[in-house]
Amino acid sequence: MEPNTALLGPDNDYLRLFDANRGKLTQSIPSFLVDLRKEAVESFRMLGIPGKKNENYRYIDLQTSFNNTFRKELQPKNITFNVEDIFRCDIPELDADVILVLNGIYYDTHRPMRELEGGILAGSLAEAFRLFPGIVEKHFGKYADHRKDGLVALNTALATDGFFLYVPDGIQMKKPIQVINLLMSDEPTFSQQRNLLVIGKGASVSLVVCDHTLSPEKFLSNNLTEVFAARDSRFEITRLQNEHNASTQVLSQFYMQEANSLVNNNTITLHGGMVRNNLYVQLNGEGAENNAYGLFITDQGQHVDNYTFVDHAVAHCNSNQLFKGVLDDYSSGAFNGRILVRKDSQKTVAYQKNNNLLLTSDARINTKPQLEIYADDVKCSHGAAVGQLDKQAMFYLQSRGIGRDEARLLLMNAFANEIIAKIQVEPIRERIAELVGKRLRGELSRCHNCTMHCC
Amino acid sequence: MLSIHNLRAKVEGKEILKGINLEVKAGEVHAIMGPNGSGKSTLAGVLAGRDFFEVTEGEVMFEGKNLLDLSPEDRAREGIFLGFQYPVEIPGVSMVNFMKTAINEIRKYRGKDPLSASDFLKYMRLKAEVVEIDTKLTSRSVNEGFSGGEKKKNEIFQMAMLEPRLAILDETDSGLDIDALRVVAGGVNKLRSKDTATIVITHYQRLLDYIVPDYVHVLYDGRIVRTSGKELALELEEKGYDWIKQEMMQ
Repeated sequence: MEPNTALLGPDNDYLRLFDANRGKLTQSIPSFLVDLRKEAVESFRMLGIPGKKNENYRYIDLQTSFNNTFRKELQPKNITFNVEDIFRCDIPELDADVILVLNGIYYDTHRPMRELEGGILAGSLAEAFRLFPGIVEKHFGKYADHRKDGLVALNTALATDGFFLYVPDGIQMKKPIQVINLLMSDEPTFSQQRNLLVIGKGASVSLVVCDHTLSPEKFLSNNLTEVFAARDSRFEITRLQNEHNASTQVLSQFYMQEANSLVNNNTITLHGGMVRNNLYVQLNGEGAENNAYGLFITDQGQHVDNYTFVDHAVAHCNSNQLFKGVLDDYSSGAFNGRILVRKDSQKTVAYQKNNNLLLTSDARINTKPQLEIYADDVKCSHGAAVGQLDKQAMFYLQSRGIGRDEARLLLMNAFANEIIAKIQVEPIRERIAELVGKRLRGELSRCHNCTMHCC
Repeated sequence: MLSIHNLRAKVEGKEILKGINLEVKAGEVHAIMGPNGSGKSTLAGVLAGRDFFEVTEGEVMFEGKNLLDLSPEDRAREGIFLGFQYPVEIPGVSMVNFMKTAINEIRKYRGKDPLSASDFLKYMRLKAEVVEIDTKLTSRSVNEGFSGGEKKKNEIFQMAMLEPRLAILDETDSGLDIDALRVVAGGVNKLRSKDTATIVITHYQRLLDYIVPDYVHVLYDGRIVRTSGKELALELEEKGYDWIKQEMMQ
């Protein structure tokens, strides 16, 4: 076994992994983090991988996924190929700063931290531990609570690297930043990426994140992102999840939003074996707004599970969630969303909706929108719908000479477009529309230039 | 062009059409009138291929082909157009995408290459001018948020785009004010030719002031009970449908 890797066996011994690598996991990191890791290990010992008895995870079987043999890379392997040779994102009009993360670890070891226009820092989290311990300590582990969720505990205990972004106060970044997460290995691999994004007061930034699998092996990822959006900041993130059927991805995103901050969070789950997206939002200053939009498309035996929790901690905040699913074959999905409006959070406006299109009688969706309101002067609504393609609309299209298959595609694309239209970075919106169109058509949905067959 | 022989159809087990016979030749305009519930919209739906209706007997030949064997899309590709009484709103499908898909599907069926994007847009603009439809409407989602009149204009616009051999307009006049009625009728008249035919289904004579029919048929209780020239429409306007009902009773 290589010194920097460990094999995780079916006995699920993630704890032993920590013990065996205690030295490596606690060296060259700030001391607060050493303590945090140790606490997280204890939390994980208590919580473990969430099973179906956990109300928040009742529709997904993650324990089976975690109970496989994986290689875990704690530090980057010597990479014998050039990622740029096989992967180059080819969205022509997208002028973005591109960052690669390979198997959860920041790829560009020659330049682990970049300073972009206006003093923006973008790079490796491990490097940020070293260079900017002050910024890290202020935010790291502050929004993702390892005592509440075993997967948060596991990530906090074991994740060594990921993406770090710091946007200083008042900086408006014109170009989006694109983060490409690649999974590529010649054996089953477990990765944990940890990301920290700090958006300064009045700052504005747009992020595009793409998740790809580049080799056919089994992948298990337990990724976690914490975002701090200071007052008057604007943050848009568009994520395209495009992994193969043998992958299991858990993505947990935690937002702390201060007064008048605006966050738009778009998640397009194009493809993936099993996907679990956790979105936690705390609206912590008056005038804060969070818009979360999700689109997932599943077929065969895929499962996509979205969990959201929006905490209206103070008055005068807005939140808006719209998640839509298109489920084919015998695939399944879940939406479990909770909005909490606290006692003094008057004038809250909160909406939540989950609409699903089931294309076969074997496809399944569990949807559970929940509102918990303790204030009395609020505007809130939630709802869910599960249906088939509209027969009237089908006949209308057919009566104009459009065949059944094309008519179905038009209606499915229309259903999906409501989410795609929310994406504000235009080249990305167009590319995603194209990929979703191909996906619904049953064609391969990988990007043109990516030579690997990831689906 | 169209030949209907002894057509019978059911809806949810109830017989609505009880033996329809009708001949329509190229260049002709036929009006089908009748009281509510007489089977007018059922006839239109059966001809367009709505699967809600079950044909139990009879034959419909269109240009030598057995229409009842064809799927709704193939009927459209053969040249049949149904103007809907209640056009369907389809949020998220743009008029451009809808019409481009329709035209290229029809072209494919006829062994023609698809229109290029620019040729298509030129063609669409041209047809919008012919039927006087606001291009603001044609750049929106199909019928989404359209007023009643706008929806009907949009039906006529689609008809102009698809250039059918036989247009069946199902109560296109319902819900229209007089100005909208004039525009809709004007569109229909511009599209009339010696090679095409039109069946106008209407409850009121009003539309027939603008679209002058060659024949007027009265449909009552699932059968065509009277056929005459355009003067029949005026008689119906004057006397209502009761005298026909009474005649039938006797």
